Amino acid sequence: MEYKPIRKVVSGNYAAAYAAKHARVEVVAAYPITPQTSIIEKIAEFIANGEVENLQYVPVESEHSAMAACIGASAAGARAFTATSAQGLALMHEMLHWASGARLPIVMVDVNRAMAPPWSVWDDQTDSLAQRDTGWMQFYAENNQEVYDGVLMAFKVAETVNLPAMVVESAFILSHTYDIVEMIPQELVDEFLPPRKPLYTLTDFDNPIAVGALGGPNDYYEFRYKIEKAMDEARKVIKEVGKEFGEMFGRDYSQMIELYRTDDADFVFMGMGSLMGTVKQAVDVLREEGYKVGAAKVRWFRPFPKDELYELAKNVEGIAVLDRNFSFGQEGILFNEAKGVLYNTDAHPIMKNYIVGLGGRDFTVNDVKKIAENMKAIIEKGELDVEVDWYHLKR
Amino acid sequence: MEIPENVKKRLSIPAEEHFYAGHTACQGCGASLGLRYVLKAYGKKTIFAIPACCSTIIAGPWPYSALNANLFHTAFETTGAVIGGIEAALKAKGYKVKGEDGIMVVGWAGDGGTADIGLQALSGFLERGHDAVYIMYDNEAYMNTGIQRSSSTPYGAWTTNTPGGKMHFLEKRNKKKVIDIVIAHDIPYAATASVAYPEDFIRKLKKAQKIPGPSFIQLFAPCPTGWRSPTDKSIELARLAVQTAYFPLFEYENGKYKINMPSTKKEPKPIEEFLKLQGRFKYMTKEDVEILQQWVLHEWEKLKKLAEVFG
Repeated sequence: MEYKPIRKVVSGNYAAAYAAKHARVEVVAAYPITPQTSIIEKIAEFIANGEVENLQYVPVESEHSAMAACIGASAAGARAFTATSAQGLALMHEMLHWASGARLPIVMVDVNRAMAPPWSVWDDQTDSLAQRDTGWMQFYAENNQEVYDGVLMAFKVAETVNLPAMVVESAFILSHTYDIVEMIPQELVDEFLPPRKPLYTLTDFDNPIAVGALGGPNDYYEFRYKIEKAMDEARKVIKEVGKEFGEMFGRDYSQMIELYRTDDADFVFMGMGSLMGTVKQAVDVLREEGYKVGAAKVRWFRPFPKDELYELAKNVEGIAVLDRNFSFGQEGILFNEAKGVLYNTDAHPIMKNYIVGLGGRDFTVNDVKKIAENMKAIIEKGELDVEVDWYHLKR
Repeated sequence: MEIPENVKKRLSIPAEEHFYAGHTACQGCGASLGLRYVLKAYGKKTIFAIPACCSTIIAGPWPYSALNANLFHTAFETTGAVIGGIEAALKAKGYKVKGEDGIMVVGWAGDGGTADIGLQALSGFLERGHDAVYIMYDNEAYMNTGIQRSSSTPYGAWTTNTPGGKMHFLEKRNKKKVIDIVIAHDIPYAATASVAYPEDFIRKLKKAQKIPGPSFIQLFAPCPTGWRSPTDKSIELARLAVQTAYFPLFEYENGKYKINMPSTKKEPKPIEEFLKLQGRFKYMTKEDVEILQQWVLHEWEKLKKLAEVFG
């Protein structure tokens, strides 16, 4: 079948809901939280309109139970999906470990929202990045198209390596902003993402299994190692799946870090999610002004694209890491990770951390330009002014 | 196992065993006996969800399982949610759930995981109407962590965090009536049961299997370790709990209450008969015993009234 995209103008949240529908999810267990709600409302609408078959919708009483129900469903062999945000994701935290530990390929959309207090419903990556060590893969979407594509790819990767995956989009900047999304006809989605074939399920009564039993010191260690092996395997699978997606639908995701005009760049801006759209636009403006700059968008934060970062870092003089998040007592989380990767290599560009846009603070092309000026000066001087720059701080 | 024909006729409990020897329960454990009966009643076409509790240990560590049925060990507070998710998956995949030939989805959780930390997920499970059975085995404290009080611990009981001492720091609150909270959800079937009355328990399990929607059974399961009682007294204790009306057997079915006491005409035995066999109650004063006795009789009268009015 020849691929003819179906163009719809949808919000990021609706893009997520359509992707879940097209992935033929079998169980959706979810709890409402702003700004995630329109994802689960849209899925309920699909059911109400008779647009989906064999989809069980479980309106649970908390996010903790949303993840627990998805875990039960996935262990019973179903393709399970949920969505959440900020406080809800934090409430799920315990069960995120359960999902990865039980090796269940659940896919969840997290709408990045700042953690309270003070209450905030706006964009901030600290909620999802605080789940860094739960054994979940994490894909950060730049725009609504990537939300849609990300969910479909996440299922395929997750079900290949038997680990859960999170697709992350920005609160309001994507979740509630409408844009054209090229959707894939159902037949072709089915071709790309066939029904799930679990290795083990709770429905084989002749060969009963016990999942999640006690693991003593003689075994636990190896279980952890196997999760890491799966994460490592995921690096390969992600690239393959991303390439296949590109071949089938024209949008290539074979790079875990998307490089934009970095070939001859003196320095690059590195970051994740919607803010990288702004950065790419700024790169174009800066290039016209004579700056040799590029953008490096980290698509997959877990597994972390170590090799790709090294290849990039080898060829630039500086990296401005833009973190819409913060790890208190240390620095921006992406900055922290990136520096850690490069320590034992021969690639040591000047790296500076810009903390930007926390709690939904606007981040504009002008901001990128100012950061470019600062980076240029640092590189010329050959030394940092400050390592971690709270860029937006009212001084 | 081959059973002689004349014996078979007298068996009221399925002979088939799906709970293997070699499990790691303590001697005299009521919970393990209960689990064995559930497996006898439902057979191997059952999916269990067991949260953190003694049964996590009883079922055995990886790669073992004492259950000849599928088992998902889950987090403490999630039993209700997990069985809801399993049931949803089975339905999405077109399996028959519940009923005599359907798959039984069973939540098997202790009193802490049900009455305390798991209450929210239990409530969600009940109100959403999943086709599954939730069994709370009630040994009246957190036994797996070493005998700490739960909201299902009775008045006057010693536990390791209500140790008595010279300040008489014993459990000061009455046992939480979880079954009443469950019934308030207006579910089709809820019942109490005791390991001392296996025929009654299995009959209730079978009923829960046939009735669509969520069912709940609160199973009284003595714990010699936590109750400081002789290991050969568990059945006697479970029987005395019923005979003293401390843990009356009853059913709630579509709005109707029915008391299932072995001898309904008899007055309840004095509570002392239940208390005196257990070390956990030895710190109670005479006044304490009286307070507990009054509570038991008050609740018993309430139940009789309910059965009379809504029988």
